[in-house]
Amino acid sequence: MCDTCGCNITHGNENFIKPGGKLHKTESGKEAVTVLHNLLDENDHTAMHNRDHFDQHNVLAINLMSSPGAGKTALLEATIQQLDKNLRIAVIEGDLETENDAERIRKHGVKAIQISTGSACHLDAHMIHQALHNLDLKEFDIIFIENVGNLVCPASFDLGQHLNVTLLSVPEGDDKPAKYPVMFRASDFVLISKSDLLPILDDFKPERARKYFQDIASTAPILELSSKDKSGMSEWLAWINQQIKTRKDYLKEHPLSSHSHSHTHGHVHTHSHEHTHDHVHKHV
Amino acid sequence: MHELAICQALINQLETIATERNAQNISLIVVGIGPLSGVEAQLLKNAYPIASTGTVAENAEIVIQQLPVKVKCNECGCESETKPNKLICKNCGNWRTTLISGDELILLSVELETADSQSGLASKANTGLH
Ligand SMILES: Nc1nc2c(ncn2[C@@H]2O[C@H](COP(=O)(O)OP(=O)(O)OP(=O)(O)O)[C@@H](O)[C@H]2O)c(=O)[nH]1
Ligand SMILES: [Mg+2]
Ligand SMILES: [Zn+2]
Repeated sequence: MCDTCGCNITHGNENFIKPGGKLHKTESGKEAVTVLHNLLDENDHTAMHNRDHFDQHNVLAINLMSSPGAGKTALLEATIQQLDKNLRIAVIEGDLETENDAERIRKHGVKAIQISTGSACHLDAHMIHQALHNLDLKEFDIIFIENVGNLVCPASFDLGQHLNVTLLSVPEGDDKPAKYPVMFRASDFVLISKSDLLPILDDFKPERARKYFQDIASTAPILELSSKDKSGMSEWLAWINQQIKTRKDYLKEHPLSSHSHSHTHGHVHTHSHEHTHDHVHKHV
Repeated sequence: MHELAICQALINQLETIATERNAQNISLIVVGIGPLSGVEAQLLKNAYPIASTGTVAENAEIVIQQLPVKVKCNECGCESETKPNKLICKNCGNWRTTLISGDELILLSVELETADSQSGLASKANTGLH
């Protein structure tokens, strides 16, 4: 990322995108304007705004992503049952077609907000912002966002979460990180889910999956976990507790006013500062 | 198909630029895409006519500049061009690398037709930042 304006021009790509190349020449009667806006600027600013909301209330937000049926809702159900009862949980459900997942969560006595915008293939920051209007954040310590089951589209949209957790379920095969590098590269924590099936589906080699994660330069910890036989659950819960503490400590050292416009997260929400539209700098 | 959503974000930006600059028409737009942005150039191109219908950017030519995937090694500092699912150092084989190109999704430039430029008053190639 560029140090001066925060846009994603680096010395690695500037030859391609700086003005002056043949793509910037113009016929007479026309005006060429260099823009350099990230196309997802508006989403990313809403995401930053969401993150500020979470931070104002000391709430940790975790985005769960995976292919359809990899076990996101089952993981949430098991987590609700076993997580420290002092932690107040809410879930934002990106199951767009049905209320099924939200109802599964509510059965455990946990608040679940359903996002219903039809058949979109991903959640975006605006949808989360809408959902936050139905959630009193001061009543919660941790918010899980269950994204739409899809290994492609959700990866491009920052929601304002603090952490991405991706599930790679054993029946999918161990090569998915190589096939969907964009999604898996964004992970802060990887769960090899349905690990109870490893003895049956022995084509899946956890070591090979780890190698594919290294190939995409992922430094995320990888944990084998089963929501069914509960193996790996205690490590998963310990990780969550650690993340809550890390976030709280971070916010103590960086009170909101000083960090609200900086990027504390290693993801792709880059944006240029050349623009002057009024929506852009309202969080400064 | 999130490319349609991204195309709509693109159109919003184009409309803002056209309003700011008092342009009647946008004739060309250049978008830079890296493979690790998660956006398919062809799908974006396909979505463009649908998203731009009835806007100032309808009928604009859309040029997509594909950007290379490059990593910088955290160990030896070597920079290498590589594939989206092989982000390892070509020099020493280390997998602890930093991406320096390849995840971009940027509107690089636009070509506008304004009343001014059509009457020949504006400079021919004003490429300054606004
Ligand atoms: N064997 C086994 N099955 C599991 C496990 N976790 C989930 N399943 C099963 O996998 C199926 C899908 O689980 P869900 O939790 O609904 O998956 P999901 O990722 O929420 O699915 P979508 O929201 O539709 O994308 C269900 O039949 C679960 O019972 C597990 O750890 N082991
Ligand atoms: Mg689900
Ligand atoms: Zn190296």
